[in-house]
Amino acid sequence: MKRYTWDRYQKTIPDDRFYYARSCIRQNFFPGSEAVFLRILRDDLGVDVFDDAKHTSCTGIGYHSDIVPLETIMTVVARQFALMTEAGYENMVSSCITSFGLYTEILTMWEHHPELEEQARANLKAATGRDFVKPKCVVHSSDLIFHFRERIAEKAKVRLVDPVSGRPLKVVDHIGCHYAKIFPTAGIGGSEFPYVLAGMVESWGGETVDYPERRHCCGFGFRNYLVQANRGVPLSNSRQKLESMAPYKPDFIVANCPGCTMFLDKWQYAISEIEGVTYGPDGRGIPVLSYEEMAGLVLGYGPWDLGMQMHQVSVEPLLNKLEIEYDESHKFLGNNGKYISHPAHCGL
Amino acid sequence: MGKYLDLLKEDIRFTEGLTACMNCGMCTAVCPSAGFYDYDPRQIMDTVQNGSDSAIEELLSGERIWYCGECMSCRPRCPRGNTPGYVIQALRTLSQKTGLFVKSEKGRQQLALKRTIGQNILDLGYCIHPTRIDPELHPEQGPVWRWIYDNAKDVFDRFGMGYDTDGSGAMRRIDEGSLDEIRRIFDLTGGTAFFERIEECSAEEAARRGMAEEADGRPRATDEYMNEVFTADSGGHTL
Ligand code: SF4
Ligand code: SF4
Repeated sequence: MKRYTWDRYQKTIPDDRFYYARSCIRQNFFPGSEAVFLRILRDDLGVDVFDDAKHTSCTGIGYHSDIVPLETIMTVVARQFALMTEAGYENMVSSCITSFGLYTEILTMWEHHPELEEQARANLKAATGRDFVKPKCVVHSSDLIFHFRERIAEKAKVRLVDPVSGRPLKVVDHIGCHYAKIFPTAGIGGSEFPYVLAGMVESWGGETVDYPERRHCCGFGFRNYLVQANRGVPLSNSRQKLESMAPYKPDFIVANCPGCTMFLDKWQYAISEIEGVTYGPDGRGIPVLSYEEMAGLVLGYGPWDLGMQMHQVSVEPLLNKLEIEYDESHKFLGNNGKYISHPAHCGL
Repeated sequence: MGKYLDLLKEDIRFTEGLTACMNCGMCTAVCPSAGFYDYDPRQIMDTVQNGSDSAIEELLSGERIWYCGECMSCRPRCPRGNTPGYVIQALRTLSQKTGLFVKSEKGRQQLALKRTIGQNILDLGYCIHPTRIDPELHPEQGPVWRWIYDNAKDVFDRFGMGYDTDGSGAMRRIDEGSLDEIRRIFDLTGGTAFFERIEECSAEEAARRGMAEEADGRPRATDEYMNEVFTADSGGHTL
């Protein structure tokens, strides 16, 4: 029975040739993650990924804030598919779980209601003159890192193990609702068996902790965060997760969704300011990594090339634990080694 | 059947989101908004299933439909295959089409979303952008975000991608041709009209509060009104 259930959550992931659709939130807060994702796929794994200048936001944040109508987002998504088709690709890799959820949802809607697909085609043609072929496969960028996790393990320069004691690092993961819950069988393990990040952690030597609120939403809730008056609810939900994971003394959090990654980092700062509570040892926070950053560290990329200086919770305790060499004086340098400045406060 | 139910049935998210609800409350049990807001998706499903016009009108004019975070946690859990989050999307769309959204504090916030996220999409091709996450409005983002905000080009350029320049890369400038295509898509598919509807209804509400001004020969809600809906919390929303 269990085998049968798990089998339902498997998906076929192609090995090569992807059209990359960037994420508004990941670009904004984790540009280094997107950069290193492309470097890992292209330079370390030899995979062809096309990074197109012409694609835009899928407008998903607007759609889930209920200001962008369904007909509009369907046509914007159809335009992304058209750009993919024109570039000669059939597989789409999305850097955002909400886009991934929406692409999957819209393709399913079109399957069940072909008249909606026809309407989107007609709208796209009229607005842009473009045509599209539907993608053969839509994956989230973590699906690809998961798919190649053993090849990454073969090239690993760092393992998720405490080099002194040999103890596997304890990792808590957060999958993100729109990856796991809109079409559970479209994501590896769905919400029942959240394995997309746990599979990476295991392959790279760490141990995943199945904490009680593991499947709970981070709380983002679009309008619930985007409108200032509502922010207490997302904060309270992230707090619920942090309270649930803290007793396991995790070495770090890894998250799938760009928004969740950012919130689990920033809300730790807000909670420390509001309540004076911190969730890591020695009055510090628990470092929060994107899976690209986790893969990048494993492959030996430098933390500041990965963009970890953009986190509010500092990652240095984790780097020290893993005996990763880094130069603190390089943390706040810009391009060509130019010193930018220091944030007013970057501890925690 | 009432007129509101008929209107809801025109929305595919309503027909896909509600087949038959047995009122078990599983959706409420997993809902992250129900944990903190005075919110019960089970009740909403029950109300729309019963189909009473006056009860649906009360939903469309009230606070409760605006508490959902559209996380879809309810979707895989419902034993009847319903998706309360989809039903909420249909209710919110109808609340804005009928103009009833301005009758509730949480509903009035749609103007703030239209003037921030909506404007970002049309101006820049992004839902969010580093230049539009003002640390003054986002104190929770902390001092590292302020540093990024103040030094965005330098911070982003370290990753070897063209911040705010032409070509591919993170936070690249989206070319005018692509932006024009997005704007035409909005014009043709009802996105622009929907934005205008939010503005018009908000202007009427703002005028009732003495917070409207003339713009291009039409009344428009002032920035003061927009700030008010962005920050107002008269209480009573949470548990
Ligand atoms: S889980 Fe499904 S059946 Fe149960 S109350 Fe919610 S919508 Fe109705
Ligand atoms: S989609 Fe809305 S109703 Fe469903 S669980 Fe999420 S917040 Fe609750």
